[in-house]
Amino acid sequence: MAAAARGFGGVWCWVWQRGGGWCPAPAPRRQRAVSCNARGGAVLAGKSGLAPWVPVVGLEIHAQISSNSKLFSGSQVQFAAPPNSLVSFFDASLPGTLPVLNRRCVEAAVMTGLALNCSINKKSLFDRKHYFYADLPFPGQTILLMKFPFTEGKLRVDANVSVHHPGEPYGVRTEVKNINSIRFLAKAVDYEIQRQIEELENGGTILNETRAFDSKLGCTVPMRDKEGKQDYRFMPEPNLPPLILYDAKSLPANMNHQQVVNIDWIHERLPDLPSVKRAKLVEQYGILPEHSFTLLNEDGLTEFFENVVKQTQMKPKKVIGWILNDLLSYLKQHSLTVKESPVSPFLLADLLNLLEKKEISSTAAKQVLAELWKGEGKAPLEIVKEKELELIQDQKELEQICQAVIDGQENEVMAIKAGNQKVLNKLIGLVQRETQGRSNPVLVKQLLEKKLSE
Amino acid sequence: AAWKGGLRFQVSAALKEGRVTPTELCQRCLSLIKSTKFLNAYITVAEETALKQAEESEKRYRRGQPLGVLDGIPIAVKDNFNTAGIETTCASNMLKGYVSPYNATVVQKLLDQGAVLLGKTNLDEFAMGSGSTDGVFGPVRNPWSYSRQYKEKSVPKSHSEDKDANWVITGGSSGGSAAAVSSFTCFAALGSDTGGSTRNPAAHCGVVGLKPTYGLISRHGLIPLVNSMDVPGILTRCVDDAAVVLGSLAGHDPKDSTTIQDNFNPFELPNLTDISKFSIGIPKEYHAPGLSSEILALWSKAADLFKNAGAKVNEVSLPHTRYSIVCYHVLCTAEVASNMARFDGLEYGHRSDMNKSTESMYAATRREGFNDVVRGRILSGNYFLLKQNYENYFIKAQKVRRLIANDFVKVFRSGVDILLTPTTLSDAVPYMEFIKEDNRTRSTQDDILTQAANMAGLPAINVPTALSERGLPVGLQFIGRSFQEKQLLTVAKWFEKQIKFPMIQLEEVKRHDHGVFQHQKSASFS
Repeated sequence: MAAAARGFGGVWCWVWQRGGGWCPAPAPRRQRAVSCNARGGAVLAGKSGLAPWVPVVGLEIHAQISSNSKLFSGSQVQFAAPPNSLVSFFDASLPGTLPVLNRRCVEAAVMTGLALNCSINKKSLFDRKHYFYADLPFPGQTILLMKFPFTEGKLRVDANVSVHHPGEPYGVRTEVKNINSIRFLAKAVDYEIQRQIEELENGGTILNETRAFDSKLGCTVPMRDKEGKQDYRFMPEPNLPPLILYDAKSLPANMNHQQVVNIDWIHERLPDLPSVKRAKLVEQYGILPEHSFTLLNEDGLTEFFENVVKQTQMKPKKVIGWILNDLLSYLKQHSLTVKESPVSPFLLADLLNLLEKKEISSTAAKQVLAELWKGEGKAPLEIVKEKELELIQDQKELEQICQAVIDGQENEVMAIKAGNQKVLNKLIGLVQRETQGRSNPVLVKQLLEKKLSE
Repeated sequence: AAWKGGLRFQVSAALKEGRVTPTELCQRCLSLIKSTKFLNAYITVAEETALKQAEESEKRYRRGQPLGVLDGIPIAVKDNFNTAGIETTCASNMLKGYVSPYNATVVQKLLDQGAVLLGKTNLDEFAMGSGSTDGVFGPVRNPWSYSRQYKEKSVPKSHSEDKDANWVITGGSSGGSAAAVSSFTCFAALGSDTGGSTRNPAAHCGVVGLKPTYGLISRHGLIPLVNSMDVPGILTRCVDDAAVVLGSLAGHDPKDSTTIQDNFNPFELPNLTDISKFSIGIPKEYHAPGLSSEILALWSKAADLFKNAGAKVNEVSLPHTRYSIVCYHVLCTAEVASNMARFDGLEYGHRSDMNKSTESMYAATRREGFNDVVRGRILSGNYFLLKQNYENYFIKAQKVRRLIANDFVKVFRSGVDILLTPTTLSDAVPYMEFIKEDNRTRSTQDDILTQAANMAGLPAINVPTALSERGLPVGLQFIGRSFQEKQLLTVAKWFEKQIKFPMIQLEEVKRHDHGVFQHQKSASFS
């Protein structure tokens, strides 16, 4: 759908940072150019003595709209359906059939454009492009060059790369196709930048060509240049009138709203966009921005987190650690979704409350959690009792143990009294061992210090 | 809705009253088709299915529940409309034997009204031509060639000459449909009109030929020639019948995005007696080179008729008319080149035995499947669409098209309601003379008076007016405002009433006339 209406769905700019990191820099609204001015973007050192290079990368993102039926025919869409089983009369190019634009696809495309902060073209025209290609649905012509990727991935990216010296005009760009993952995208772009620099530094030139990324070799190779040899004989598609999108201002008063797509109406119904959601989470719970990314990227994790927070006195800043480190890593290890988690928000909250009330140590809590994963339905408190994990609450008992440890570690005591505070940790560790992890280290430290200072 | 009291459909009335049954009607038409086989008007006669449909219709009439005025009425359809289960060939080798799995919307609508589909009519291959002579099933013969009126006027050059050699063409490209209606083998037929393909044969065959406004009737299922100009055309024996058929066909079709969304209300044509409120425009550019003096005189007489009846009659100008044909050639061939690209022998239709490579299979299939006319237009069209030519030809032609359309807008805005023009330059020429010139030359000449209405998307209608000196029909054309078919047909009907065009006197028809056609002055279902 990237080509469907010019100007939405897709040109982003990634700035290459020294050391090989990428940071996203969305292209400013109106800009359709392949590049954007690097904000703090890095410059590559050329061969010693030669001028440095600035790479410019533009990504052409083809995103397949998720819909039940195809763009121009009424046929259903279903991944991996048997060949020729979802072909309508129009798809088979039977004579006399006409394309009909799928309204849901248009609305989805508008939503996508709005979500990506693009400007939506109010008027879109459809062209026909002519060429013979044996496996195309319409032999001899396509409307808007409909390409359906063979991988299930709903996203396809072509990368446009060029290099130039700072202050000089942009260089000739090449287009790199056949990139199937973000990892390969990075590899392909890195390779192409290097290739172009080497070529130019050796006195060569860059051709405006299309290259394919070879994932096995990790390099780009020239594709047969079809564009130059073939004239596609574009002409307006006579069976599809221009697509006019309206907003609240331009919508005529007596127009039947069933017949039109209203951008403002769609905008109102957009769910909170991720960036907004993330900001809200950070503000509301005091978590770090990177935490909010993880929360949103995992289906159902945000709800889980918020449910736990509701049911526990532990601060969200501390809860998040348990969610992201303990819960999430367990789920990943066992390839489970959040929905499939054997530990419910309620159980986790229950556990965290015990920790918060200092009835157990954090080590003990981890042990309890490990038990909870078994999904046997036991409550955290039950497990604590079973395994005798409660923290010793009796101060006198603790004092006795501390005293016993002190008595048994003459050398360490002397070292501490001489000023080596680190050795105190050993004593704390010994108390922990003695109590089988059931002592509160903070309290133990206090008691030891008190005794040692006497 | 069509059963409103005001509409006069004599055959329909006869059916309703049981004076004739649908199966009788159907059988007579089928029999007449057989007797007039020499006309070559039909490519496929769907005898079995037609009789079945007639039987169903009969059951409905017996129950007193006919679907409407068209229930039981035998009709024919040009062979470039898809008909499920019945071969659709476009008179081309490319689609010989092709049986479509679906009905064109207009066909479906007629069937839903209970019409009886007798068969598919002959045409120029893929509707490219103005004679109905260039299809693979051979040329269509104008029924008037065999009429008493023509025979009386034609003097055989020598005794030994085959009296059959003088037969005249129907005009085209919907010649089969026009001949079918003209020879009484059906009561209405569908044609198509891209540059005049319904009105031209209507004029030559002495029948009513209506080209509706572009966007009023669905093109879904009509195998396209020029998507931006094609319309389904209606051929009948009188204007009232055309209005009835129009009423059953017009309206938005979700399967055709170029149909208008507004509701269409079928209308009754008033019996206009007072024409004085109307303003008739006579475009001077339609006095085209080659216009026969006969037709010029007739045109003039018609204008006087309106004037004497009190209408305002004025000369007007459509200055870009003369560019219309060359502009049409560019746009038509460009769209043809594009539309014909789907015929590659892979999914359906003819496939060549050539199998050395995909490309060679495509090339051989298309060479074998298409005639010279089609191939010529594809080549031209591809030429005009090349990057280096697109601006100078295609875009230029679109701009000229806009100028032509604006000519009409200006004239209608100045207060003119209807334009009156000739439909053809002369009466029908004999086949032997017609084929002396090639298809392109003929099309250029013959489309000149009809083509501009397609450029502008306007409704236009041929009304049979009089017989020429040779005893052949001549018609006049009325062009109306966009979507003002009611007004257009009202005026056309008034005119039709004034002139009383004679009925064709065909031996074969007389023989089949068992009272069905008897008491009708104009033999129609009105």
